[in-house]
Amino acid sequence: MAMTITEKILAKAAGLEKLSPGTLIDAKIDIVMCHDVTTPAAISMLAEKGIDKVFDTEKIVVTPDHFQPAKDIKSAELHKRLDEWARRHEIKYYYKLGRAGVCHALLPEQGHIRPGEVIIGPDSHTCTYGAFAAFSTGVGSTDTAAAIATGKLWFKVPASMKFVLNGKLPKGVYSKDVILAVIGKIGVDGALYKAMEFTGPALSGMSMEARMTITNMAIEAGAKSGIIGFDEITKQYLDEHLKEHKYYTHFESDADAEYESTLEIDCSSLEPMVALPHLPSNAVPISDCAGKKMDQAYIGSCTNGRIEDLRIAANIMKAKQVAIRTIIVPATPVIWKQAKDEGLFDIFYDAGCVIAAPTCGACLGGFMGVLAEGEKCVSTTNRNFVGRMGHPKSEVYLASPATAAATAIEGKLTDCRKYI
Amino acid sequence: MSKAHIYKRDHINTDEIIPARYLNTDNEAELSRHCLEDLDADFVKKVKAGDVIVAGEDFGCGSSREHAVWAIRGVGVKTVIAKSFARIFYRNAINNGFYIIESADALDKISNGDEMEIDFKNGLVKNKKTGMDISFNPLPDFALEIINAGGLLEHIKKKIK
Repeated sequence: MAMTITEKILAKAAGLEKLSPGTLIDAKIDIVMCHDVTTPAAISMLAEKGIDKVFDTEKIVVTPDHFQPAKDIKSAELHKRLDEWARRHEIKYYYKLGRAGVCHALLPEQGHIRPGEVIIGPDSHTCTYGAFAAFSTGVGSTDTAAAIATGKLWFKVPASMKFVLNGKLPKGVYSKDVILAVIGKIGVDGALYKAMEFTGPALSGMSMEARMTITNMAIEAGAKSGIIGFDEITKQYLDEHLKEHKYYTHFESDADAEYESTLEIDCSSLEPMVALPHLPSNAVPISDCAGKKMDQAYIGSCTNGRIEDLRIAANIMKAKQVAIRTIIVPATPVIWKQAKDEGLFDIFYDAGCVIAAPTCGACLGGFMGVLAEGEKCVSTTNRNFVGRMGHPKSEVYLASPATAAATAIEGKLTDCRKYI
Repeated sequence: MSKAHIYKRDHINTDEIIPARYLNTDNEAELSRHCLEDLDADFVKKVKAGDVIVAGEDFGCGSSREHAVWAIRGVGVKTVIAKSFARIFYRNAINNGFYIIESADALDKISNGDEMEIDFKNGLVKNKKTGMDISFNPLPDFALEIINAGGLLEHIKKKIK
């Protein structure tokens, strides 16, 4: 029976030869990602139920990120609960402040993500790791508690939808624009419960950083997971980042595997995209919205806070001044240091930006750039729901780092291509 | 008796159900004070124990925060009836032993304030105001097993022992 890459990974995790969409499985979990907002609840539940144990101290990766360094007393309490638990169980990969970073940027960078594996975490953007030909999905705190204790979790095998990214990205168009265009086409529930499998020639020109932006936003179309097949670029990234357990098995979809649907995207004809408030699916080309005045630009997050994103933004801001509040948030300490060493901080400083410590911060209205009533923010993040970055009457415009940087300079939504 | 709170909208998301500014706690009682705050600031004043939320497609989309289920349950809501649910919210509800109902026509057959009786076992919502019955497909067996156990952790606890 022909199978997709997702079905093959899940079959292996369930110890089955074959399976098909709809099959209910008990899957072995390879990595459980834990952060500060949703894991403390999981820890408390386990304690309450008297099953306070961890299945494998080397397969749980812990990093506070959402509200770190602690933004207030209550978040400090969350960090304290996470810290006590991680120490008590001697979790091997516990990234404390100074080494902690935005989870979905940190785990691949620190070599915790391998092809063919199953990764879960109590965070909806856990689907990011699918860029490495792995099955990864976001779950809740209870699921996380169960996975921490048993190393297993129930799943219904998702049907797969194929997205063929044809052509080559034009100048000024990035993977963020591609995924916004895809979500714009299928809607925020266009892939509900499904695995989104991305393939096609446009991907082969994309770095792992760029690919992660695509799989990161699979959840914004309602998907269970996003996945991209293994190739030389994947291998090269893994060679550079895997520190231990360098072995892995990579699967690929059979040529005659079944897909629920196939959508072809001509990337050569794409423009820079902006998702208008209040849904990621409200994606329009920049030519349809340029000129709209903004109050803030935010460049960071698990979607676009990696070194490549900061380089793109810095190239545009070089020797320019920003016209609005501009916040740069390198996603991890390594990215932070890289950006500093490469001189990007000088560019950002000279332009008038503020540079924050790694955190999810204002992406979810936490801190480090929360919006007031009526304010508008161009943001490289993934979600623009009502009140997402602050006041319920503020507005978030999702875009690429290039579009956010060009917009920061002009103070209004701007076509980044004039600065490239 | 359960009173209906109707929200004729698709994609009611987790940021509307429980805004992230309140995620610095996982205390159900505290969270429940802000339930649906950015969608309907008066909801917590109107809602009574045993009431029901009725909504459109893709209810609970967005974040994986289980706080959304806790806030709804914490404020006393008995169940949510929606055309469809976002998948993490769906999992979270089942894992918490919180029964949710998928119904394509509930929004058309229930009005704001209608009183209802819900027969989970037979998959029936009885609208006492209109006398109309709305049938729904009960949750699949595996989900019922988890719900009947009192949630996922109780379920696996039994298995571990």
